[in-house]
Amino acid sequence: MTTRYIFAGSGGQGIQFSGKQMAKTGMHVGKNVTFLPSYGPEMRGGTSNCTVVISDEEIGSPSVSSPDVLVAMNLPSFDKFEPKIAQGGILFCDSTLVDKKSERDDIKAYYVPATGLANENGLLGFANVILLGVIVKVTGIFDCADFEDYLLSNIPATKTALIEKNKKALEIGYGLEIE
Amino acid sequence: MSNKVLMKGNEAIAEAAISAGCLYFFGYPITPQTEVAEYMARRLPKVGGLCLQAESEVAAINMLMGASAAGTRAMTSSSSPGISLKSEGISYIAGCDLPCLVVNVQRGGPGLGGIQPSQQDYYQATRGVGHGDLRLIVLAPSSVQEMASLTAEAFDLADTYRMPAMLLADGALGQMMEPVDFSVFPKRELPEKTWATNGHGGARKKNIVNSLFIDPNELENSIRARYERYAKVEENEVRYEEYMTEDAEIILVAFGITARIAKSAITEARAKGVKAGLLRPITLWPFPKKRLGELADRAKAFLSVEMSMGQMVDDVRLAVNGKKPVSFFGRTGGIIPSVEEVAAEIMKLAESL
Repeated sequence: MTTRYIFAGSGGQGIQFSGKQMAKTGMHVGKNVTFLPSYGPEMRGGTSNCTVVISDEEIGSPSVSSPDVLVAMNLPSFDKFEPKIAQGGILFCDSTLVDKKSERDDIKAYYVPATGLANENGLLGFANVILLGVIVKVTGIFDCADFEDYLLSNIPATKTALIEKNKKALEIGYGLEIE
Repeated sequence: MSNKVLMKGNEAIAEAAISAGCLYFFGYPITPQTEVAEYMARRLPKVGGLCLQAESEVAAINMLMGASAAGTRAMTSSSSPGISLKSEGISYIAGCDLPCLVVNVQRGGPGLGGIQPSQQDYYQATRGVGHGDLRLIVLAPSSVQEMASLTAEAFDLADTYRMPAMLLADGALGQMMEPVDFSVFPKRELPEKTWATNGHGGARKKNIVNSLFIDPNELENSIRARYERYAKVEENEVRYEEYMTEDAEIILVAFGITARIAKSAITEARAKGVKAGLLRPITLWPFPKKRLGELADRAKAFLSVEMSMGQMVDDVRLAVNGKKPVSFFGRTGGIIPSVEEVAAEIMKLAESL
């Protein structure tokens, strides 16, 4: 089983962080993983994306033209990558920032007002973690407790506020009733 | 689980070099390899080494020559335009028979080109990295794990044969993250550096490291002696990986990141009933020409896949030596070929057979 993800949004939304977190958790639970960031002209233009492949087999190409899962956190990313989602793939969209819906009937789409939820809960800048919670829940790729462990493992124990915010954001995402 | 860490290719090069005993790094920043220098700057002082950002690439390569002449394990890294600037120094290093590591994390060219991954420096690395008759041992990693393992191996090969080695990577391998295990590198028995121009308190005759021979006979002799060593490298150090070649009718030849795209494309072609396989050169020099020649006896066609307008394809043609048709597919200028387009190329070739 191989799942190919593209995370895309604006610089500062934690796009690269999200991708790395997925790859890192994948590695820790014994899967093969690759994480390929964008470092080119688009990065310098303020948009950000990265590609993650998580697989039980050896990973060939780390670059992906049609992802199984797209996480779009702004409109240009939605416009650019939504048509490329593989048949039967999944779209996760920050509906606070993207006011469009997919017209495709061969993918599943989840619209999560992640930025709005983050702002309402005093979690400015944690919309990406809320979305990660939703992804973990919907795809079932990781156990949520595992995911939380590796999410928090990077943060020094002294930074309790940061730990709490990450936990809370992940819980909000994981706890959402979505369909 | 295990000893694996998730790391960028560029960082893996730096960490592997330090664990292989490299104490000196001389460089000048350039995308997409700057993380090598960044990592070295952070870590080398802590292990008693030195990371020096030179005033230019030319200065950095000549500092490397000095450090190598003194018998230390040392390296530089850069990306395509920077390697062109270092080429004079690399020729001097080869002429002085000095072991060291030069890393090229390739980007698009020519000129200032772009910053996206490419394999356009194949000719440069395997043919013309500097003036004069000379060779570099050229290793082409295809994963972050190999960015590390081949860095360690390159130092040992350079020391064993007293010649510079190059790690030829690309921007994608440099920037991407994958799990790496640093606990698995074999170590070689290395010759003592009796030629080094280091301090000896008058205990022996002085050593001289030099690439200038005014007498042409003397110069010819020095080159012939060097080529005898090159012949040993060609005999002993050819490395490659084969993937599904046992029954393959179409054999792709690809190195580095492109080899991984090729593997995925082969899986797609096999699903459509086309028997495709891959030969991935790990050493670009020495090139696995003997093995390709053997494969040419039973395969029907070859396809060289590269991120260039076609450079390695020349070596594939030389190795196949007219026995079977050799075609080429490439993207260039910083574009990574997609699995779909490589698979389409295989299908096209299969129909023509």
